[in-house]
Amino acid sequence: MLSIKNLHVSIDGKEILKGINLEVKPGEVHAIMGPNGAGKSTLASVLAGRDLYEVTEGEIVFQGKDVLDMAPEDRAKEGIFLGFQYPIEIPGVSTVNFMKTAVNEHRKHKGLAPLTASDFLKLMRDKKNLVEIDSKLTNRSVNEGFSGGEKKKNEIFQMAMLEPKLAVLDETDSGLDIDALRVVANGVNKLKTAENSTIVITHYQRLLDYIVPDVVHVLFDGRIVKTAGKELALELEEKGYDWIKEENGK
Amino acid sequence: MANIDTINKDFANLFEQGKELLTNGSSNCMNKAREKAFVQFQKLGVPTRANENYKYTNLIPAFDHPYNVNLRYMEVDVDLNDIFQCDVPELDTNMVLLTNGWYYGNNKTLTELPKGVIVCGVQEAAKKYPAIFEAHYGKYAKPADDGLVALNTALAKDGLFIYVPKGVVVEKPIQVVNLLRSDRDLLATQRNLFVIEENAQAKIIVCDHTLTHHKYLSNAVTEINVATNAVFDLYTLQNQHLNSVILNSTFIRQEKNSNVLTNTISLYGGTIRNNHHVLLDGEHCENHTFGMYLMDKDQHVDNFTSIDHAKPNCLSNEHFKGVMDGKATAAFAGRIYVRPDAQKTLAYQSNNNLLLSDDAQINTKPQLIIDADDVKCSHGATVGQMDEDALFYLRARGIDEKEARQMLMFAFAHEIIEKIRVEPLKDRIDALVDTRLRGEISKCNTCAIACKN
Repeated sequence: MLSIKNLHVSIDGKEILKGINLEVKPGEVHAIMGPNGAGKSTLASVLAGRDLYEVTEGEIVFQGKDVLDMAPEDRAKEGIFLGFQYPIEIPGVSTVNFMKTAVNEHRKHKGLAPLTASDFLKLMRDKKNLVEIDSKLTNRSVNEGFSGGEKKKNEIFQMAMLEPKLAVLDETDSGLDIDALRVVANGVNKLKTAENSTIVITHYQRLLDYIVPDVVHVLFDGRIVKTAGKELALELEEKGYDWIKEENGK
Repeated sequence: MANIDTINKDFANLFEQGKELLTNGSSNCMNKAREKAFVQFQKLGVPTRANENYKYTNLIPAFDHPYNVNLRYMEVDVDLNDIFQCDVPELDTNMVLLTNGWYYGNNKTLTELPKGVIVCGVQEAAKKYPAIFEAHYGKYAKPADDGLVALNTALAKDGLFIYVPKGVVVEKPIQVVNLLRSDRDLLATQRNLFVIEENAQAKIIVCDHTLTHHKYLSNAVTEINVATNAVFDLYTLQNQHLNSVILNSTFIRQEKNSNVLTNTISLYGGTIRNNHHVLLDGEHCENHTFGMYLMDKDQHVDNFTSIDHAKPNCLSNEHFKGVMDGKATAAFAGRIYVRPDAQKTLAYQSNNNLLLSDDAQINTKPQLIIDADDVKCSHGATVGQMDEDALFYLRARGIDEKEARQMLMFAFAHEIIEKIRVEPLKDRIDALVDTRLRGEISKCNTCAIACKN
């Protein structure tokens, strides 16, 4: 589904990613862990198409298509979803209008007619229940005045609405209390199918108790330095990241 | 280009030579004011950029043109009721038309006005209702303070008069449609007077339109007195062509416990200057002054506002927002004056601008003069570009860049639109602003004549 080969990425001339290789197959859950500054969020942003970053080398192929030349909106419509670490507040843009526009753009891409108002509202209602998000929130402007937990729930709600093939969840657990974490993780698990894949980017192992990964990678200094099964996450939790740093001579 | 002296001299000649036409049919009250105002105009002249208050708007090119002037009412050769139809079916209003500054002779009778409410031409009102008229005419707009007011008072013969008696609530908004329609380039002078008596309520929607592509200069002055406990809304929608100049001076006086909301929306026009003066002349007044301007090409808009807290315990809240593209230029000046004994004043002001191009310009200037010590005042101005993080967020959900920009611009403008207290008007302006922000001209009327843009 996703194939990243020798990806090098710079920002303002400084190299952040130094040759990433990653293969994600349909139905798999991958966790990418690593210390602060390793390049985890950069990888997520580059996947979604943020233009602050310059790809200097390598390729990203998603479902047989080269995505590096695609605009962020086209990647989204192809099925890549980024759950933001810091979701943006957009005063004046209603969540309903935002989601209606996004859902219909996706439908247009698939050659489907736009949803009628009542079908759209029904879809909203169903998905809201799935992620236990309050109508009070979806009636407001996008993320405006939301707490950290509400913002993260809103990301999962959007993911439920758009049904991506590949979800990249960037530090979705950061700043979440245990109840919100459970809700967010349940949402992700309920959306899981045999066809879609998830990349969970996290600093801590805790989220992985709820979203169980098939593969765990450790990203350090712009490279994936370790890849193993879910037991690697536990090992990291226990021993911290220092041993990784030592192994890699830093 | 003519210099300002030539322009002022031309007006002097017009006044002297046209005196018979000017005074003919006008009431004594207006004619007396006319003479005095003309003396003031000779001192002040048309304001130039040397005048601090007009620093950002050069009026010389606007005035330097051989306009025609109608010193008497010209019969209209067609039925304007047919030509102009406001394209807002849901907006149920009492509609009156004015043509080139004059009360239109074939206005339909407003059958749904509550008893005692008067809507007619100023010339007619001065004769029929001298007691009301003379109590207010020229009391709030002072020729000595501004050359444009002096010029207006010297040349004005007609305009709109609205009177809402004590305790009367006009539920249906009164919609005033100012039509500029001529077969020659025209200078229009319009003088309005709105008197809202104690405990009365009214909402007025003013729409400015051009119906032919000729060059227009409109110099309008509106005086409004809102008496004790009255509630008054004024929505002004400026939608004219690029060859038009709108000079719009509004003077509002509020008495105690009154509540006034104004919203001035500049959608399209060549040069627009809004002078907006509010005098809070009684305790516990509430004033909301809102405005929005969406400018592109070579358009220019200048909102000059002044809120005078003359009495204690009043609240004023002022917010203007602008979206600027192309080579458009805008200015905002917000003066808040808190007089020495106006204690417990609350005065808020902000001006936010979104610049979409490298060539668009905005000059914004808050000015607070506070002579009382127990007050809460705030002001702020922002000038910025579109939020790239928000743009990326929308795009990352599959919304294309153009649409995402549109959504963000609209959201920016909507904050001003949502302050409108007439629901169907709010919806309609939402739609007009949406089209306007897409770079199109938002036609808000079924205009029979295609204007040159």
